Amino acid sequence: MEQFLLSLIAGIFIGGVAGYLGTLMLSKKMALVAGPLGHLTLPGIALALLHGFDVSLGAFPFVILGIILIWLLEMKTKLPMEALTAVVFASGVAIAFLFLPIEQAETALVGDITKVSLSEVLVTAILCFLVFFIIKKIYPRMVLINISEDLAKIEKINVKKYNFFYLGAIAIIVALGVKMVGGLLTAALIAIPVCAARNLSKNLFQYIFLATSFGAISAFLGILLFKFTGFPAGPLIIIISASIFLISMIFKKGT
Amino acid sequence: MAEPILKVKNLNVKLENEEIIKDLSFEVKEGDVLTILGPNGAGKTVLLKTLSGILPYKGEIEWQREVKIGYVPQRLPFIRKTPMSIEEFFELKETSKKEIEKTLNSVGFEENFLNKNIGKLSSGQFQRILIAWALIGSPDVLLFDEPTTGIDIGGEETIYTLLTKLKEKRNLTILLVTHDLSVVFKFSNSVICLNKCPICQGIPKEVLSSETLHKLYGEEVKFYEHHKH
Repeated sequence: MEQFLLSLIAGIFIGGVAGYLGTLMLSKKMALVAGPLGHLTLPGIALALLHGFDVSLGAFPFVILGIILIWLLEMKTKLPMEALTAVVFASGVAIAFLFLPIEQAETALVGDITKVSLSEVLVTAILCFLVFFIIKKIYPRMVLINISEDLAKIEKINVKKYNFFYLGAIAIIVALGVKMVGGLLTAALIAIPVCAARNLSKNLFQYIFLATSFGAISAFLGILLFKFTGFPAGPLIIIISASIFLISMIFKKGT
Repeated sequence: MAEPILKVKNLNVKLENEEIIKDLSFEVKEGDVLTILGPNGAGKTVLLKTLSGILPYKGEIEWQREVKIGYVPQRLPFIRKTPMSIEEFFELKETSKKEIEKTLNSVGFEENFLNKNIGKLSSGQFQRILIAWALIGSPDVLLFDEPTTGIDIGGEETIYTLLTKLKEKRNLTILLVTHDLSVVFKFSNSVICLNKCPICQGIPKEVLSSETLHKLYGEEVKFYEHHKH
């Protein structure tokens, strides 16, 4: 029972903050970036599983590597994001499966939040609070940067500085996300609640509130379902999330 | 004689190794309405961005001391991806609700517009929102980049009537980019024809002959004549 509560708490934190962060990522195609980032963490997750340390810890350096890669490819070349996704996805999966025993593949690919320890939950909660406050602090200016870098620069906003904190927040959330839903589903964890929220929102306040709530609710219900069905929690969380999205399509306000 | 509010000397702008603006020099006096005229890709938008200080350049750009600049971009394609009310959009800028309301009023919106979703506006309404955004903070100079598509003639008519009104009321100096020749004659007292290199500059009626226009637009000028019957 205690284990179940721990995983619920960790799940709600990660799911909620992932949804919140996602509202910044959905504009400008950044939500897609979470995909290659998640995939790239697979070798890190594999290392963590083999040597028995925290999955998020293993994933983190690879997320940083991925962010540097994306930054380089975005800034220095004109390679389209799809190409990047393909290259990074393939490399991440290929390297991970060079040395990851197949029995542990499931955890790497779709995560496992159901065995978190108390200390892991504490670290997760602290990191989630940290990311939450970073996002809250940079939010208005990040929105303006997303809408138009030109307008932001005219307002004397240091775009590079804000992007740095923004990418840092993404790195932490992806590293935490892979623990919950694995390298394959992290992009979905971030993107789906936001898409559902966008369908139902008329303004920024509703958008943020709904995306955060949908993220947290999906994690809660997914882990609850795991408790009753025994299916892996990661995929269940994403399926709940996708169901919320489908329902949101029905209630979508005009176009 | 009014003091120049802006002096530009030998301006050169290069982006990704491509020369966009070459050897441009001009002055703008307080209260002027300067039109920047030229075909697509002539560097008009780049010039406005350079003047507003967001692009690197060589040469001299000298604004009068402590001059405040408002910039109206051509369009903001990403804004429709985020659900946002008009009030929330203006809150991205450091300002008060009172100023938001006052400014929205001055471009012809009522208070109850504040809660409207910005993605649901018509292109003409959105254009006025962008003008209001630029007017927050009471700039002395307005840089206006006209959208080339998406606004019907009727809408355009009101935008320029509105700009004239705002210019009188707020004592603005305006630099605008446009494709529309009739706007140049009706609205501005000074013009720069630009096709990477400056082609002509001065008072519109004096410098805009069919010869200079032909030089500026090449074949395209026929389209304009046809357009005006």
